[in-house]
Parts: sequence; structure tokens; C-alpha cells
Amino acid sequence: MFLARVYGTVVSTVNHSYFDGRTLLLVDRVDENLEPTGGYMIAVDSVQAGAGELVLVLDEGTGARQVTGDPKGPVRTVIVGIVDEVDGPR
Amino acid sequence: MHLGRVKGTVVATVKSPGLEGIRFLVVQPLDRARKENGEAVVCADATLQAGVGELVYFVGGREAAVALPQEFVPVDHSVVGIVDQVEDL
Repeated sequence: MFLARVYGTVVSTVNHSYFDGRTLLLVDRVDENLEPTGGYMIAVDSVQAGAGELVLVLDEGTGARQVTGDPKGPVRTVIVGIVDEVDGPR
Repeated sequence: MHLGRVKGTVVATVKSPGLEGIRFLVVQPLDRARKENGEAVVCADATLQAGVGELVYFVGGREAAVALPQEFVPVDHSVVGIVDQVEDL
């Protein structure tokens, strides 16, 4: 899993049927200081994350299919948490 | 998943079993600013209708094969959607 910040959405009508009715969010990856690394991902939302929120992103298929409840979903990247706080030495 | 731009199509007559009937696309990955970034990959087209020049999103790894009708096929990238719009929130 990694930390990221929500910055956009992807709108699509022609897609694999798994994605029908699902929200795709664009997230910026962030480092341990919560600064953007320059990398981004498109992730399926499972927690109703909003713009600018710091989120926890899973990038593994079996878990992603489990979380989104479709064993046949071609999905690997899912937002699985909204982060309240990141603690520790910086 | 990442954004990509379809650059072309690939036709192969001789191929591994399981790859019959799959459309293959040359897809250039894009960075956050939607500029071309990295090396092009060949994706199976799980939408069946992505065309050259279109903005798409694709999935890599085991999930690429899961996107196809037959799940146990030697495919490592698949286009799973055609992008209508990218919105910054």
C-alpha cells in the first residue's frame, strides 16, 4: 500500500463492465513527508474519498477484487482508506 | 492503472495458444501532465473498440488477463477503458 492525495477523476463510458458505476480517482503518490513524488495512479474508490484527501491505496489484485466485491474484476489499484494522521519522526 | 495514448495496432499470425481473437494495441503511457512517458507497451484491448489516437486507461500484471474473456492467457497489459474526460478536482 502507499499514501497518495486525490486530485482528479477519470470519466469513461466505454469500459470493461467491471468499471460500470464505479468511481475512478486520480491520485498523486506522496513520500514520507507527504510531498508529491511526481508519480500518479488511477484507482478505484471504495471509501468515498474526496478531492485533496490523503488516502491509503492498495496496488495488488487479489485484495483489490476482494475489497470491491467482484472476483472477476480486472482491478489492481483501489483506495482502501482515508488517512487521518501520519505519525512518526520526519 | 495509468493513462495511455493508443499509437497503433498489432497483428500477429503466429502466436501462443489463447491469444487468438485478441486485439492488440501499442499504447504509450502518459505521465501526470498527460505527456508521453516511458516505453510503449502492447496491450490487449478489453474494450474491443479503442482506436488509434484515443486516450485510454490500462491495467498491468495478472489483472490484465482477468480483463479478457479467457482468463488464463499470456497477457500482461490490457486497455480496460476509453477516457471521455479527465477532471481535476
